Amino acid sequence: MSTTPFARPFGELRLTDRPTVGGKGASLGELTFAGAPVPPGYVVTTAAFEAFLAALDPGGEIRTAVEALDARDTEAIARAVAPVRERIEAAGLPEEVAAAIRGHYRDLDGESDTPGEPAPVAVRSSATSEDAEDASFAGLQDTYLWVRGEDSLVEHVRRCWASLYSVESVSYRRRLGLPEHDLAMAVVVQRMIDPRCAGVMFTRSPLTGDRSVVALEGSWGLGSALVSGDVTPDKYVIGKVTGDICSRTVSEKARQHRMDPSGSGVLEEDVPEYLRSEPCLSDEEIHELVRLGRQVESHYGTPQDIEWAISRNLVPGHNIFLLQSRPETVWASREQAPVAAPKARAFDHVLALLGGTGSGSGSGGGAK
Amino acid sequence: MNDAGPAPRFPLPSELTEVAGAEDWASMYPYYTRFQPEDDQRFWFYNAMHFPEPMPAFDAITAEAPYTALGANTARMFVFPTTLGIEHRIVNGRVYITANPVTDPEEIQRRLAVFSERAGHYYENWDELYQGWVTRVTALIDEVQRIEVPRLPEFEDPEVVFQAKGVAQNHYVRENYHRLIDLYSTMWHHHSEFLMLGYGAYVVFFEFCKTSFPEIPDQDVARMVAGIDVILYRPDDELKKLAKRAVEYGVDDLFVEGCDPEKVLAALAARGDGGRRWLEAMDDAREPWFNMSTGAGFYHHHRSWNDDLTVPFAALPGYVDQARRGELLDRPTEQLTAERERIAQEYRSLLAGEEERAAFDQMLGLARAVFPFVEDHNFYCEHYFTTKFFAKVREFGALLRDQGVLADVEDVFQLSHTEVGQALTDVMLAWAAGSGPAGAAHVRKTVAERKRMLDALAGWSPPPALGPVPEALNDPAVRMLWGITAETIQAWSTPVTDGDHEVRGFAASPGVVEGTARVLLSANDIGQVQEGDVLVCPVTAPSWGPVFGKIAAAVSDIGGTMSHAAIVAREYGLPAVVGTGHATKRITTGQRLRVDGDRGIVTILD
Repeated sequence: MSTTPFARPFGELRLTDRPTVGGKGASLGELTFAGAPVPPGYVVTTAAFEAFLAALDPGGEIRTAVEALDARDTEAIARAVAPVRERIEAAGLPEEVAAAIRGHYRDLDGESDTPGEPAPVAVRSSATSEDAEDASFAGLQDTYLWVRGEDSLVEHVRRCWASLYSVESVSYRRRLGLPEHDLAMAVVVQRMIDPRCAGVMFTRSPLTGDRSVVALEGSWGLGSALVSGDVTPDKYVIGKVTGDICSRTVSEKARQHRMDPSGSGVLEEDVPEYLRSEPCLSDEEIHELVRLGRQVESHYGTPQDIEWAISRNLVPGHNIFLLQSRPETVWASREQAPVAAPKARAFDHVLALLGGTGSGSGSGGGAK
Repeated sequence: MNDAGPAPRFPLPSELTEVAGAEDWASMYPYYTRFQPEDDQRFWFYNAMHFPEPMPAFDAITAEAPYTALGANTARMFVFPTTLGIEHRIVNGRVYITANPVTDPEEIQRRLAVFSERAGHYYENWDELYQGWVTRVTALIDEVQRIEVPRLPEFEDPEVVFQAKGVAQNHYVRENYHRLIDLYSTMWHHHSEFLMLGYGAYVVFFEFCKTSFPEIPDQDVARMVAGIDVILYRPDDELKKLAKRAVEYGVDDLFVEGCDPEKVLAALAARGDGGRRWLEAMDDAREPWFNMSTGAGFYHHHRSWNDDLTVPFAALPGYVDQARRGELLDRPTEQLTAERERIAQEYRSLLAGEEERAAFDQMLGLARAVFPFVEDHNFYCEHYFTTKFFAKVREFGALLRDQGVLADVEDVFQLSHTEVGQALTDVMLAWAAGSGPAGAAHVRKTVAERKRMLDALAGWSPPPALGPVPEALNDPAVRMLWGITAETIQAWSTPVTDGDHEVRGFAASPGVVEGTARVLLSANDIGQVQEGDVLVCPVTAPSWGPVFGKIAAAVSDIGGTMSHAAIVAREYGLPAVVGTGHATKRITTGQRLRVDGDRGIVTILD
């Protein structure tokens, strides 16, 4: 695929590309660069959005009108944005933009995990603004799963763009006073995988902050079941240094979220009886996930909080994917006093412990 | 344990009931080993690690001597600040112990000043002192072997008279017997000399790791410290060497599963040069490496390999098979050393900063420096010395038999060590007076009665602990050796519900396997173990080394992650769950088990 400013595959992207591909796109690029098996995809850049909006609204009237809205006047916002969204969803795309989206989509078909059909993709907004982290925009812009075929994809990219002009989105921006002329949106298009199981992985213990272990949680189907608290996941703690699985809790997993086989969304359903108490991961899969987690952690140089999924359809060795990785923040933000400092003589540590004063450096660490 | 209900407690010593047929058990043991009324106020736990069976009267010395020495070392010689000695009591033939803490802060400070100077001297000169220790203990072992048991001839040798020695043989019966008992006590003093300091250094490193890495498995800490080239593995290594020799000398066909040592030895003798060379090789290995008790060295009837070749000969066929197939039998020491270094370096690199790394280096360095003693003293004391000690007691037993006091040499162990002294005095008097000893009538009745009581007591299930649950347990020995912590006690005091198929203990060696249970209450039954069995026993002793080559997993009632069983299981890469409290009671031979060494859970699948 020829290089175009309108769409860029993950493999070309790094964190520094955030201004043109948004936070999500940039982090998927960086994760791919780190050697992680990220489901392949590309980002429809902010340049594509700019080109589209420039063609739709050469005079910039839309932006001017939105910027003039009062955050508190929800009714006025609703009246103003409805026609904007309709115009965006109806407008044709500039030729080069459409060609870029379609061309990269055809490339994704190669690594399909459900071959023989148009590749199903997820279409997600990817925010660019530094002070508009994905977290604060969460839920404001749309995500579309299981999108198939070039025409449908183009339509969903347009709907993603249009979601910038939802009442909630506009209200949010007006409340923060964000300038409309800086507003841009990138859209991530990513090959969907149909997970047999999915979950999260922390490269330090979420319980104790221990950096020598990896904590894994997983359940059947999509990770959303776990995130939403619909299911108690299987839990594993693995020693980083030895790779030993130090603890293993296989839970009764009664519910799962899974891809609708008809290809149009997500089903929430009961897990078949015979699978409920089965572990969702094999030891080989656990070890491979831990290896990947450590690789990503070492790439970023700090403990990570990772989302992962294992394809239902691909063969072992090719079926594990990382969907997202971000720095662990809870324990990182806690200042930890040093556990111990060296003493004049090595055996002073023992004298301190056996003397009932602990082995630590006065921090209260050591023996209890 | 914070529930509002009555304070949790185990049965009180005074509440224990008699065992039918063994009502007179207390007559077997000295009065000072009996529970006193005020002992109901204290917490005691059953030391099934060292004393998994009822104590024959003589064997009670294997509790008395160690606790005499251990307490003297900690409380009086080194003056440990927070811990005094360990007290023991015997009830229904079982040994219960409790550690006496020092809790008054002023007293701790006073003791600390003395302790710092004395312990500091040992830590500072550890290697040199340890070398001296090996020399001293080896000399003791020599001395035990050189003790003469007088023959009591009809007429004294002429030189007694012509060289004016002036002392007759019967005098030496008592003198030499007392010398034997004294040497045993001396050995235990040396045993304790480095022990608590060694464990102290280990506990410091252990606590540091647990604070820096709250979820680090205990066995990873052990892996960073444990020695690779320790003599504890040497007996097993010698067997592997003999297996290779068997193939080399063309006599390997004689070593088959279930072979009888006597028959194999006879066949070897008839095999010409190859057989002769193999027998020579075995003789070379036997001293000292076959001085391995099949138990932990605390019972006379846990015979050593040298006394009973069944154990080494049970292991040889498997090793011979491997040698024939050209499999590498040597422990990959270089690889193990490299792995130990890698683990230590990786944990080190995960520490927060240079300060912590420097402290880590100090503590790890010290823990490794003390470890040769911690691992190897077992061979010198519990196995090598003790084998020679029991052998010498048997020689006195033979004298008593020859003088008509005992019917059988082994019966000497049915008398306490002071009663053996009395029986010997009986012999001394009778020989001098020219009459027969009174023992034949008196002692033989006692022996028969005690054998009967021991049989009855073997069927008693001792509670894992007695008395009120203590608020805190901080004794390093109790924690490291017996694996007894607040959590263990909690687990013991939780009643077992019917239909519960899980037995919980310490995750001592990782891995999950399924297999058929082989419950062994006595090390003498070691020959029953089949390839792939899950060994379930009161305590897994390191001398069972060869069995670890056969079994799929090990489960024990008692033991912490530093119990030698745990160390050997890790060495062999077998899952192990130790310190379960009552696995031998809950599990029966033949049941299918899943042993989860990652979580410390044994599941009964049947």
